Amino acid sequence: MEPSPHTATSNPPVSAATSNLTERDLVRRSASTVPPPARQLEPVAKLIDVSKCIGCKACQSACVEWNDTNPAVETNTGIYENPHDLTPDMFTLMRFTEWDNPQTGNLEWLIRKDGCMHCEDPGCLKACPAPGAIVQYSNGIVDFIHENCIGCGYCIKGCPFNIPRISKVDHTAYKCTLCSDRVAVGQGPACAKACPTHAISFGTKEDMKKLASSRIEDLKSRGYENAGLYDPPGVGGTHVMYVLHHNDQPEIYSGLPKDPKVSPVVNAWKGMTKYIGFAAMGLAAAAGVLHSALTGPNRVTREDEEKAEDLVKEKA
Amino acid sequence: MATTSIEKEDAIHPGKPVVVDRYNLGARVNHWITAISLILLALSGLAFFHPSLFFLTGLFGGGQEARAFHPWIGVLLFFSFAGLFIRFWRANLPERSDREWLAHANDVIAGNEEKLPEAGRYNPIQKFNFWAMSLLIIALIVTGLAIWDQYFYEWTTIPQKRVAVLLHSLAAVALICIWIVHVYAVIWARGTLRAMTRGSVTGGWAWRHHRRWLKELAERHRFKGPAAPAE
Ligand code: HEM
Ligand code: SF4
Repeated sequence: MEPSPHTATSNPPVSAATSNLTERDLVRRSASTVPPPARQLEPVAKLIDVSKCIGCKACQSACVEWNDTNPAVETNTGIYENPHDLTPDMFTLMRFTEWDNPQTGNLEWLIRKDGCMHCEDPGCLKACPAPGAIVQYSNGIVDFIHENCIGCGYCIKGCPFNIPRISKVDHTAYKCTLCSDRVAVGQGPACAKACPTHAISFGTKEDMKKLASSRIEDLKSRGYENAGLYDPPGVGGTHVMYVLHHNDQPEIYSGLPKDPKVSPVVNAWKGMTKYIGFAAMGLAAAAGVLHSALTGPNRVTREDEEKAEDLVKEKA
Repeated sequence: MATTSIEKEDAIHPGKPVVVDRYNLGARVNHWITAISLILLALSGLAFFHPSLFFLTGLFGGGQEARAFHPWIGVLLFFSFAGLFIRFWRANLPERSDREWLAHANDVIAGNEEKLPEAGRYNPIQKFNFWAMSLLIIALIVTGLAIWDQYFYEWTTIPQKRVAVLLHSLAAVALICIWIVHVYAVIWARGTLRAMTRGSVTGGWAWRHHRRWLKELAERHRFKGPAAPAE
């Protein structure tokens, strides 16, 4: 087995390699439990530096290429997003915003590469009712396992970032895999590899945080005093992180949530409701058993029949 | 006598024992379609409700199949129950005497029916069941459509879907509880099940459980059958 994967920048060996991400590396498996993993993989992360992005969509093309998807050609509605939203065939999407900076009066062109954030505490996995349809590896990658997916769309309700999409073709959910199949053999994600400006980097989460802080320092020295790292603690941090020049207002980047967390409604649905539900149904059944034990059946007596016969005779 | 709770199909066949028609064939078919779809919905729905019950999807051919069938069975249930609603809503309207009947809750549970005011075609617990089921099924179809992403994804926002799926599971639990009580009551009060199988009950059953209904029928000379006396 190969050593724990680290980075994308160097070219991997061309010889055949065995997968580094196995069943034994799962830390979470939807609607089921997993034994504690035998080893802890080094947590990985993708760092997207929006200040370096030129909006060329090489990452989108690489994603389509690697995952062999075929997003529909859509019509131009006067904006740059194409397709207009994430789809079951487009796992990552450049989102463009023209923002008037009220402080400087400058028009800023904000470009954000949208896609799965690979949450440390993934709402999609929490919501999923199908055993093993969503898994999380000890390196932080959250992956959808299509043969176990039933297409219910619960992951869509669980996700705080509006990411998963259900295919109308095979009725299963799709999203960015963080190129788990590439990472498993020591390669980095296709998008990171394709990015011409190195706006997308991939490596250990620790390295990516270090890289981010040097970028943030640079941005601050250029007057972006609110530059910062987007690694939202509400979902336990993410394995896809952004360097934002305006980290104080992530919403301006096409609605990136400021403090994402798994919705309390989802927590109530997946938590309390189950206990209340089983308790209520159990009590109803137990009440029946108890009642029948205490009172016995309620039988019609011979006397009742006679009373009815008398009544009918009298009225007839 | 108070407002009538007699249905068109109700009639007394004099004899020994007296037999009383309670549900015609249409009503019974309608009831059993509703019952079967409700059970299938509970089984397929509970499979998504909790991982420990996911194996129930096997009854439907797998997870994908259970996911696809469940909402369609829901549509069937909705229309089927609507049929029952149209048939029985009138007889389930609350009456003044229901209050007093309910005040004797202890006697109801203990089965001391002689201490209760005489019930019409439905007693207050049956009426409660009827209205609760009606409301819950409306809640289930509305929330069910909101989470039926295959066809109605665009109709609702994600925050709305979250609330819908929570309410759907709560309404389903409530409906299953009411269903358990309903089935138990039918078994407990012996001689009730034949009302939905053969369509009739004995005079003694009617006298014991729905005396006012029986009296109204007799009062109005709703007699039928070979032994029916001339009216
Ligand atoms: C009346 C029309 C109904 C519709 C349109 C409907 C639709 C749905 C849909 C779309 C789902 C998500 C899974 C899937 O896609 O199949 C679902 C889940 C569920 N349904 Fe229904 N349903 C209906 C009635 C019912 C009824 C009558 C029951 C119970 C007696 C029920 C119990 C459940 C349960 C327990 C779940 C799982 C909720 C959870 O995961 O917490 N449903 N329903
Ligand atoms: S962003 Fe959404 S789909 Fe991705 S891991 Fe988080 S909850 Fe799951």
